[in-house]
Amino acid sequence: MKILVPVKRVIDYNVKARVKSDGSGVDLANVKMSINPFDEIAVEEAIRLKEKGQASEIVVVSIGVKQAQDVLRTALAMGADRAILVIAADDVHQDIEPLAVAKILKKVIEDEAPGLVIAGKQAIDNDMNATGQMLSALLGWSQATFASTLDIDNDNDIARVTREIDGGLQTIDVKLPSIVTVDLRMNEPRFASLPNIMKAKRKPMEEKTAADLGVDVTPRLSIITTAEPPAREAGIIVNSVSELVEKLKNEAEVI
Amino acid sequence: MSILLLAEVTESGLAVDATARAVTAARQLDEVTLLCAGGSIVDAAAQAAKIDGVSKVIIAEDAALAHRMAEPTTALILSLAEGYTHIVAPATSDAKNILPRVAALLDVMVISDVIQIDSADTFQRPIYAGNAIQTVKSTDAVKVLTIRTSVFEPADMNNAAAIETVDVPALPNMSTWIEDKVEASKGPELSSAKVVVSAGRAIGSTENFGIISALANKLDAAVGASRAAVDAGYAPNDWQVGQTGKVVAPNLYLACGISGAIQHLAGMKGSKVIVAINTDPDAPIFQVADYGLVGDLFDVVPQLTEQL
Repeated sequence: MKILVPVKRVIDYNVKARVKSDGSGVDLANVKMSINPFDEIAVEEAIRLKEKGQASEIVVVSIGVKQAQDVLRTALAMGADRAILVIAADDVHQDIEPLAVAKILKKVIEDEAPGLVIAGKQAIDNDMNATGQMLSALLGWSQATFASTLDIDNDNDIARVTREIDGGLQTIDVKLPSIVTVDLRMNEPRFASLPNIMKAKRKPMEEKTAADLGVDVTPRLSIITTAEPPAREAGIIVNSVSELVEKLKNEAEVI
Repeated sequence: MSILLLAEVTESGLAVDATARAVTAARQLDEVTLLCAGGSIVDAAAQAAKIDGVSKVIIAEDAALAHRMAEPTTALILSLAEGYTHIVAPATSDAKNILPRVAALLDVMVISDVIQIDSADTFQRPIYAGNAIQTVKSTDAVKVLTIRTSVFEPADMNNAAAIETVDVPALPNMSTWIEDKVEASKGPELSSAKVVVSAGRAIGSTENFGIISALANKLDAAVGASRAAVDAGYAPNDWQVGQTGKVVAPNLYLACGISGAIQHLAGMKGSKVIVAINTDPDAPIFQVADYGLVGDLFDVVPQLTEQL
């Protein structure tokens, strides 16, 4: 079974996003970019399935600017077999919406015919948590979101997935092909070794454009403004528990 | 304008708080039709009818709708969607599972985690783990929204809306529910609690959470945890506060032994009053705390419990 894993190039999760003073967006010029942490977990899970003999090939796909090549190389160095880059933006500040991404992925999937798609549950930049569900809808496939475990039953064409839901965990069986979106708890992604990073440079990477695939990436949501969240007033350091209790009772009046 | 709101329903009935908060947001636009979908839903619907701002409750009862599986619930919503300008739900794990699927099949974008409704087509939502607030104007015919409940007050319960049962269409069967493992929590629910007491990795063990629970009991608070505490196995996943866990905005948030990483702050920065207890005076949590106490949580927390 072939597994397809979409990966996104986003601001590194350790970097605090800076809002541009003109309200036009978050400043991404000269900011460290990395593979979206949830997508790294998705790649790791696909590799583990291949190592268990349950997957034959892992194809990673990224959509965005040309520089997204670097996150595809990261995924190849971890163990993916080949990569597809769909160029849909010429400026790093142009975030392609989940609906357009889902439409592009649908086209790629029609060509590649994977038996399973493993995606991250959300990208840490737009925090949408929507692409996997939208893709599943467009394909008419089953979906298993926020997965923390994934067991494939190749004989019966089903996957058993434990999902992280409000209040605890839910286990479901989904018919394959399916879209699984992964939560943080699924696994600990491996680091790419230097020899594997070198090898990844020779793995195939195909380039396409959104136009080649016939997908319109015009945003449905026009961004009016991007603002800093309201700043919190500076707090104070108290010296004792009794002072804290006194402040909470009499000053903040919250207890 | 007409608003269809997916009520949050679990096996134990209507999640009143989440649903009533989403109604508060949605009724700013117009009166709300509440959809109660599930395997056994009559009791939940009766309660939902009490929420102020709800003009009608629709009951859709079918075995296939139990456990809110995404594919059948989506098919149901689509069968009812005609005529509605807005399809709304509280941003719970169920709604986040279902609404993007609904949106894609309507060929519209979903607008996740709305924190403010500016007009019928303009909404505010946090991005980059809450480090920026984006105002977006939707050009789509139908607006599909999930509401961040922690920023809206729950609507009152003095209503008596009409209840109507609809015929459920044939629903797809691509997924099978196997089981739920739900954490039994004694105190208030994390995302709606007025007070939250959270601990980080510094707590050191599951047993040590006892001192956090004792303080929480005293304050009638819910217990939360940082990702570090959850990953270390000290607390269940469900307690996690942050970008990937729950987003809370209580009146009082006590962060005990939590450093204050960006991803954690994303889940609690909207709290009215933040208290940080940490041995490290340079911990980033002190930058957002209204009251900070530099000290060992194992000394401070029991003292605090005693003095309250």
